[in-house]
Amino acid sequence: MSFDKLRFAIQDGDAAAAKTLTSALVDSGSVPAEILNQAMLPGMSVVGARFRDREIFLPDVLLAARAMKAAMAVLEPLLLRDRVPSAGAIVLGTVRGDLHDIGKNLVSVMLQGAGYRVVDLGSDVEPDAFIDAAVDEGASVIGMSALLTTTMTEMAAVVGRIRERELHGRVRTIVGGAAVSEAFACEIGADAYASDAMTAVDRVKAMMAANPSI
Amino acid sequence: MRRLIRFAFDDVRPADEEVLTRMGMPGDAPVAPAVRTLLDDALEKIAALAEPRGVFQSISKADYEMVYRGEGRNAAESPLELIAPRAEALALFVGTIGENTGKEIRTLFRKDDPALAMMLDAFASETTNRVAEALSRTFLHELHGQISAAARVLPYSPGYCGWHVTGQRALFAAIHPHDIGVTLQPSCLMTPLKSVSGVLVAGDAAVHRFRPQWAFCDECRERDCGPRMASVRS
Ligand code: B12
Repeated sequence: MSFDKLRFAIQDGDAAAAKTLTSALVDSGSVPAEILNQAMLPGMSVVGARFRDREIFLPDVLLAARAMKAAMAVLEPLLLRDRVPSAGAIVLGTVRGDLHDIGKNLVSVMLQGAGYRVVDLGSDVEPDAFIDAAVDEGASVIGMSALLTTTMTEMAAVVGRIRERELHGRVRTIVGGAAVSEAFACEIGADAYASDAMTAVDRVKAMMAANPSI
Repeated sequence: MRRLIRFAFDDVRPADEEVLTRMGMPGDAPVAPAVRTLLDDALEKIAALAEPRGVFQSISKADYEMVYRGEGRNAAESPLELIAPRAEALALFVGTIGENTGKEIRTLFRKDDPALAMMLDAFASETTNRVAEALSRTFLHELHGQISAAARVLPYSPGYCGWHVTGQRALFAAIHPHDIGVTLQPSCLMTPLKSVSGVLVAGDAAVHRFRPQWAFCDECRERDCGPRMASVRS
């Protein structure tokens, strides 16, 4: 069976078909890592490119992500069994004092779609909890989200604690959220900023390429 | 005057197009059947879960000036400094759709249904904005006969147009919206998340008019002041 059908099912956001096709590929003896790398990830990559070119819109991307997740549910235990490494791990969370998590959740969905392992700490996350999780999980990138100008200042506290704990350079930071800007990211010494989830994937890719694990 | 109002969902239901725009879809983009299904599913959920309610309380111009000043962190010059003194009436307000929709959004994310979660979130945000509009309409209705026939009401919020978001503290100290279940966190964030606050300003179209050329306009992500001003032109 060719990988194309699965790739198209993901591109079209057809979760039921994606799940059935993945199971069929596994049953017919396809190698799990190849199913991931030759069908699923390329499918999501096409979705990302179409979104950037404004051929499709956020709901379509999210339907594709849902299909990707359905396929991953079949594949994940097999990838673990085969010890196939993920593209890298990233710790994500909404900063202390903030509860707005929809933007962070979207970033998480897109990063998973790109093959990253996301350690999602939820919202109202203490500065040291981000860093502890990065160390424990071997994640070289911490992503932080905030909604308001009054809560985004917490991002500076995390960047400061990374320096104090002498992890600077080994653990990188990326920040985002409605009130956050490139200028603010620069001001607090964060390593990157992304205005949306797609750009977040690109930035994380670049950071991971330079520094895949802690 | 203090009024606590519970709205029916239909009184604050946003149009489908507004929800899709919030989802980043251009107005003229065709809506695929799968997206239409998401919209319908989200509508069914929010109609069952939302508890739209709000409170407003009249305030004198002098008292409002104190609330507006807040913690002294507003922009040096801002439109509300010109608008409020010319208003025919003012009222502080807080509105919300309650906590249930937010809980369902988080559950959907956990259940790996980001598409429906996001559609419901967009619906919830737009519905919350409609609560502020419904409060504006009720305030205008209550003022009938006391202000000019040309007067229209628009809501203005801390965190917008130079009114610093820390202004929330003075606003909450003045209005105490416990009766609708909204509380202010030390970070100035309101819970439930889908809540809005601010001042309802009654005045004719000229009172609400300003040129969006202030220092902070560059950073604004919303840029909806044009349509807002247009909406009160009769
Ligand atoms: C919808 C909305 C609302 C809704 C819902 C809010 C919610 N939290 O659910 C309602 C109407 C309730 C609302 C209320 C308020 N809002 Co509001 N709101 C918005 C709006 C229009 C969109 C926010 C949103 O949900 N976007 C959708 C999500 C998916 O996007 P996102 O969270 O930004 O995430 C994306 C990116 O930021 C990025 N990203 C996010 N996190 C991360 C993390 C990483 C690591 C990376 C790389 C990227 C990344 O990728 C995400 C996906 O693309 C923004 C303006 C804007 N256009 O951004 C204002 C905005 C956030 N609101 C603002 C304000 C001021 C308020 C209020 C305080 C107003 C008031 N007084 O009532 C309240 C506060 C609510 C509260 N609970 O305290 C201001 C904040 C400015 C400030 N000074 O802090 C904004 C920026 C508008 C403005 N003035 O320009 N709001």
